[in-house]
Amino acid sequence: MEKHVVVIGGGVAGMEAAGHLQKSGFRVSLFEKEEKPGGHLNDWYKLFPDRRRSSEVKEYLDKITSEDGIKIITGSIIDKIVSDKNQFRISDKDGKEYSADAVIIATGFDLFKSERKEEYGYGIYDNVITSADLEKMFRSGSIELADGRIPETVGIVHCVGSRDEKVGNLYCSKLCCVTAVKQAIEIREHLPSSKVFCFYMDMRMGGAYYEELYREAQEEWGVNFIRGKVSEVSEAINNKLVIKSEDTLAGKPLKMQVDMLVLMAGMEMSEGGLKLSESSGLNKGNNRFFSPADHHFGSNKSNIKGIFYAGTCTMPMNITETISHARAAVSDVIDYLKDSKA
Amino acid sequence: MERFGFAISKGRQIDYDANSRHIAGYISEREPSFRVCIECGCCAATCTTGNFTSFSLRELHILLKRGENESVRENIKKCMLCGKCTLVCPRGVNTRNVVTLARQAFQKFPADAV
Ligand code: SF4
Ligand code: SF4
Ligand code: SF4
Repeated sequence: MEKHVVVIGGGVAGMEAAGHLQKSGFRVSLFEKEEKPGGHLNDWYKLFPDRRRSSEVKEYLDKITSEDGIKIITGSIIDKIVSDKNQFRISDKDGKEYSADAVIIATGFDLFKSERKEEYGYGIYDNVITSADLEKMFRSGSIELADGRIPETVGIVHCVGSRDEKVGNLYCSKLCCVTAVKQAIEIREHLPSSKVFCFYMDMRMGGAYYEELYREAQEEWGVNFIRGKVSEVSEAINNKLVIKSEDTLAGKPLKMQVDMLVLMAGMEMSEGGLKLSESSGLNKGNNRFFSPADHHFGSNKSNIKGIFYAGTCTMPMNITETISHARAAVSDVIDYLKDSKA
Repeated sequence: MERFGFAISKGRQIDYDANSRHIAGYISEREPSFRVCIECGCCAATCTTGNFTSFSLRELHILLKRGENESVRENIKKCMLCGKCTLVCPRGVNTRNVVTLARQAFQKFPADAV
């Protein structure tokens, strides 16, 4: 009989995994909590480093998940997995039950809630926005201040909610540096007379063509980089935002005013993932992401046989890595179901 | 009269909006590689001048970019234009030309040197 695999989470990892499971001859049910699959991809404008439209990747994922043999169940929040003699019983929030021979968890990440870094004024000052808010502006085609004016100077704050013991996140979210560079270029593209300043602790451009993008931002777009973590933001009487940081390379404190401030919100384990880990006995690491059975040889395996992980529910990853990780999860499922007596 | 020795100390803070970056602009227009410096310090490490005096080409780059021109004005005269720094720079900054252009700019626009 055809084996049935359940995939929890319909973002990039879940969609890619579902597509590959189907190709490998399994019957697949893909559960997504929102009304449509795609996850965060639905919110982004263009992707780094080549700035292709995110909708192109979404089209590819839609295509591979539209095959016969894949059932997509949207608006469904899975809150428990029970393992029972090589079978899994999966139940949603409304108590509906499904059974499966194997499970791939692809519950992804949530963006750090930037209001938690109160000193940056998100939710307090109108012109402090997040990287996700800026993507929305790019999609709508207009970058405006709250009162409709066009910003002349834009500050970008790296590491918001990452590498910060004060919010309990010691890890680096890995993608926000390159996102900052990408967005800085896009601001300059949309608003050629604007000035953009990135406030960073380290430029972590560890991906194919990331460093080149950084250089392009300096060389072709005149983006300014200031090494120093922003300590506080306040609003001046002229509605501008006053930023204080140290220019650590000049060895002096620095103050400047900007019209708009963009916070590079980091990645955190998703709320859905956290609940699932509690309810179903799945191990988490100190960083609260799912903890894979082995960081080198078993990055897709959980502590429960037959339950596998794909994508950013285990750690911050870019889309390329997410897709590879999802395919690797499928290969683990193939191995597992080949050996199991179920 | 009794002198208490009070003085108003000049702030150390970089007031970015008050500073003029005219000199940095003059340099990057003529030597675009000035923009791609990543402040790694390789130039300053190899520099003979820097090993004997308080001179750092890396620091000079950042101060000019922030418009903190005053201290650069005198300091930049120490460079011997030997070109060792150009040989080691990982970003291919034409450092010697940066120094030459900065000196030119300080002569042309003395008012911006503060
Ligand atoms: S990728 Fe950059 S911005 Fe993001 S957490 Fe790491 S160092 Fe900070
Ligand atoms: S050219 Fe000037 S800055 Fe460069 S190594 Fe020689 S003395 Fe130092
Ligand atoms: S070696 Fe080049 S990149 Fe490094 S600080 Fe000097 S000029 Fe800048």
